[in-house]
Formats: sequence, structure tokens, C-alpha cells
Amino acid sequence: MRLILLQNISRRYQMGAETVHALRDVSLEIQRGEYVAIMGPSGSGKSTLMNLIGCLDTPSAGHYGLNGVSISDMDDNQLAEIRNREIGFVFQTFNLLARSNALHNVELPLIYAGIPAEERRHLALEALAQVGLTDRIHHKPNELSGGQRQRVAVARALVNKPSLLLADEPTGNLDSRTGAEIMALFDDLSRKGNTIIVVTHEEDIAKHARRIIRLRDGLIASDEQKVEGQESSVEGKTSPALDPRLSTLDRP
Amino acid sequence: MKFVAEINESLGISWNALRANKMRSVLATLGIVIGIVTVTLMGAAINGLNQAFIRNVSALGADVFYVSRFKWFNNTYEDWVSMRKRPKITLAESDALARQLTLADAVAPTADNEDSVKYKNRSASSVDVVGTTEAYLQTSGVDVAQGRFLTAADARGGQPTCVIGNDVATNLFRADPPLGERIKIEDQSFLVVGVLEKQGTMFGYSLDNRVVIPLRQYIGLVERNPGIDIQVKVGDLAHLDEAREELRQVMRRIRHLRPNQPDNFSINQQDEIVKWFHNQTATIAVIGLFVTSLALFVGGIGIMNIMFVSVVERTREIGVRKAIGAKRRNILLQFLIESAGVCLMGGLIGLGIAWVISLAVSKWLFPATLSVTIVTLSLLVSLLTGVISGFLPAWRAARMDPVEALRSE
Repeated sequence: MRLILLQNISRRYQMGAETVHALRDVSLEIQRGEYVAIMGPSGSGKSTLMNLIGCLDTPSAGHYGLNGVSISDMDDNQLAEIRNREIGFVFQTFNLLARSNALHNVELPLIYAGIPAEERRHLALEALAQVGLTDRIHHKPNELSGGQRQRVAVARALVNKPSLLLADEPTGNLDSRTGAEIMALFDDLSRKGNTIIVVTHEEDIAKHARRIIRLRDGLIASDEQKVEGQESSVEGKTSPALDPRLSTLDRP
Repeated sequence: MKFVAEINESLGISWNALRANKMRSVLATLGIVIGIVTVTLMGAAINGLNQAFIRNVSALGADVFYVSRFKWFNNTYEDWVSMRKRPKITLAESDALARQLTLADAVAPTADNEDSVKYKNRSASSVDVVGTTEAYLQTSGVDVAQGRFLTAADARGGQPTCVIGNDVATNLFRADPPLGERIKIEDQSFLVVGVLEKQGTMFGYSLDNRVVIPLRQYIGLVERNPGIDIQVKVGDLAHLDEAREELRQVMRRIRHLRPNQPDNFSINQQDEIVKWFHNQTATIAVIGLFVTSLALFVGGIGIMNIMFVSVVERTREIGVRKAIGAKRRNILLQFLIESAGVCLMGGLIGLGIAWVISLAVSKWLFPATLSVTIVTLSLLVSLLTGVISGFLPAWRAARMDPVEALRSE
């Protein structure tokens, strides 16, 4: 089942007199349940792509469909609603509210969704249990370790049961051991059927994903699919509606 | 439900934000506190003065005309000069008036002057000695606490009798019962037949420091040729205008004025005092409130400033909130509630301070009362100040681009 459909997406920024082409005519499809890593050096357009997929930004040209809904022409408030319902963000710097405890941080998306207090608390506790933080719900971010903070952030991303978990360098601010723990958590979430996109520049992190999309200069340079332990790859073409299912079938 | 949760969340956020920046919050609130204190005190003072005034003035009946040589209010210097040329009103004119008026209940000629009053070896100076008739009881609204008022027989000039005010009773007689005693005014002795009910003060003068004697005894004893003021009480408030016109025509007839001649007397009414006073206080109120609301305005600017700082400081937080689904409205509301909360808190503190000050002021200076209206108004005003001064910063926060907000440090 198709979750994300990007068709000929371009994103231009005006930097003074200069026009920066962050994305040039990118097409991409991601299925429900996929575990995707988006890689690329800085300036490759991966942040722009992430912002577009995350509905934080809209494309200058092209069409974006998420879960069958067209996102490209939505206004601010509609985008906010989509983000609230469909997307769970995990950031490099955790981005928790410093003055609120773990429970309240996790409840926040539900507040904006208009869920009643009791149900909110119940759902938040459930999400915190999922990331193994049941005993830390009343701690504030500064009373938690880096790994625990990122777990709270993951719980916050999961709490509204989104279609897509979008992680931007989720281990960038963690030591390698804690980073591995967080990635193990993602692997686990992926096994449970969540769709996950991780934006990273670290090969080790990208290896956790089953599909790696590499960007360069605003174009998709390569799109590799990993099947049952062995790696298979489709060399980067920016052909429209590149279907990963087809490419996996192509290779025995 | 959803809205309540949103408000709750916003309240929580702003409370946290305030706690996190205690010093800054206190300083930001200070402007509002000072503004509310001044505005509230101003209101309380005007309120208190008005109340005290109405209390005083209601002693003068609304249904009583005061015929005198001078107009009470709105006089220019030229008016004064021309009115000084008017003839004094005489007792004979008052008697004629009493005979001819049909719409009047009571007509009381009065004259008063300060004089000293003696009882045995005690003496009180600067007592207001009022010469009048028995009708004064009806026209002036005084009540007798002990004994009786002057009778028609007293007024016609029988035995010299007097009724004394509360202050005179306590000052001259102290513990002695005054009824049946004799006091002396200008070597004439008067029998005390009554004591008046305590009346309080008007414009700072005691209404109880007086002695009422028959006008016929007053003339010649206290003043040789007094100008008389005539108090005319109208029976029916509904016919006030007709009664006034009748009074004017009768008075003109008594004075043999030709149709082309202007009145050479004035008919005054209590509502003129009230109008005059309200004019004065309204002017004071407008100027005072304008000046004091400047303080509030400055306070509002302070809040706006601090809210801009707060928005910039929390750009990243705004980004996060937007990323997880906060709409523009949510962010706008959050900052509006924060700034309204700060201002409301300032308003409450300001009210507390104003309350203490108004208590002190009314104890030692002049009456000042914090009415429910003033309290509600100043809380509303502080809330409004918060919303207005918080709007621009909140609007800026609400319109932030989430991508850029998330990128900020």
C-alpha cells in the first residue's frame, strides 16, 4: 500500500538575488511499512526533502500525496492538522519542552488533536511504555539522560499513532552505545509495522533501514533496496514513480 | 472541550514561562501594576467624592426652589456685577409670595449669618445663626431630635425661642439637657425648644453648628437689613416646571417688573449644584484618567516588549509545537493568554495596592471607595491591555515558518 507519492517535486529558495534549487524534479514512492534511510552530504537537499515529506514545507512545483491526500496545495492550518495526525517527528536535538515532564511532553500532540484529558493520559502512558520509560514519566528533560530524552521524543512521535515516523539524525546527539539503543528501538518499531524514514549522514545508521535513498545536488543519486540479508540496488535514476516493489521483484 | 484543553495548556505554559523568568515577569508586570494603581485610585477618588457629594446634596430637597438675589452657578464677572445691583429680597416679598403661590407647599424666608452664642459662662463663636419661620422644617429637610421646631406663634414674634444644631448642643451644653435652657445671641436670650437631628457636613462645613431663631427676631438683632433667601417647597415633583414658572411670574408681579424687563432675582435648584459638580468631576475624571492611563499605556508597551523577547527566545519551541500539530490559532492563543495573564496578575496586584491606599486615603484625606464597577473595570482594562499589547508578538509567533523556527538556536 502506497503511503508517500512524490511526483516531479521541485523546491526553490530565493537567497537574495540568487535562486537555490534545493530539489530538482524529484519523484519517489514509499510504501506503508517501509524502513527508509535518506542520505546525502549537506546541501544535497535531504533536509528539504524531509521537510516536504514531513509537511513542514510545501513544494515549489510538483505533487505530493500522503496517504492518498494531496498535500501540495494545503495551507498552514491544514498542514498542521496533517502533521498532527499523520506524522511523528524525532529530532536530532530531541526538542522536548524543557519545563514540562515526560508525560506532558508526550501528551502535547494529543492536546492539539483535541483528545480529552483522561484518554490523553492513557495514550501517553501507553506510548511511554512502548519506549520503556514507564518509571520516568514525571521527570523533566534535564533529569533524563540523552537516550531517555530521545525515547521520550519517540514516544511523543508515536502517541498519535501516525502513518509515518520521521527521524532527523536521531542519534546525532548521542554516544554510539545510546545511539545503537535508539536504533534498536526503531528496528523494533519497524518490525511492528510502523513506516519509518530516517534522515542521516552516517552509514552505520542507514544500514538499519531496508532501503537507502541517496541524494546529491537536489537529485536522487541512488535508491537501494535490501532484501533478506543481501543488498540489492537500483542505480539512481530520477525516473518518475520509481516503484521499489518492482525493483525487488526484478532481482531474484 | 477542545478549547478548554487548549486554554489549560496555554495557562500552564504561561505559568511556567513566568516562573522561569521571575525577575523579568515582575519587572514587566510592574508597569501594569503602577498603571492599574493610578487608574483605580483615580476612579476611587472620583467615585468617593461623588458619593459624598450626593449624600450632602440630597439634604437639599430636589423639590425645593431657592429664590435669591444671586444665581448659584455659571456666573461671569459681568453677571456678578449686574446681580449686585439687584434689590435685596425682603421679608414682605416673601410673605406676598407665600400668599399668592398656589403650587407651593411651604414658603420659608431665611437669612443667616455667623455670630457667637453664649450659654451661662460658655460661648461658641462662628455659629451659623439662621432666621426663618416654622415653614423651614418642611423646606430644609431638617428633623428635630428632641423637643419641637419653631411654631407659627414663635415665628410671628412671641417669646424668643430657638432650635439648636447637634454641634451647638454638644459644644455649649455638653452633658446638660439643653431643652428649657436659655442661650444668648447679641444679648437677647432665647429659650431652647428643640435640638436638630445630626446632619453631617456639606463641602467641609458642619450643618450642625447652627441655631435657628424666628426671622422677626433675627432682623435687627443679627443683621439690620438682611438679604432674604426664600425656600419654596413644591408639593408635587411632577409639577416642578409649572411651579417654577408660577414662582417666577408671581415674583415678577410682586416686583412690578414690566414684560421687557429681565428678572431681577434668581430661582436656584439643587440639580444645578449636582450638574455643576458632575461637570467639575467629569472634567477631573477625563483629565485624570487620561494622565493615569498613560501610565497603563507605558505598562502595555513594556508587556509588548517583553512578549517580543519571549517569542524570539522560544522560536524553537514554537517550531516544535507547530511540527507536532499546533495551528496558528494555538500559538496565537498561547502567547495572548500569556500576555493577558501577566497583565491580569499585574492588575490584581495593582488592585490590592490601590485598595490599601484607598483605605488610607479615605481615613485621612477624602472619601475614596473601590466599587465593584471599578474593580471589574480595572481587571477588564488590564486584561485588554494584555491582549492588545500581546497581539503583535503573538501574531508574529503564530505566523512563523516551522522549518525556520526549528532551525533556530
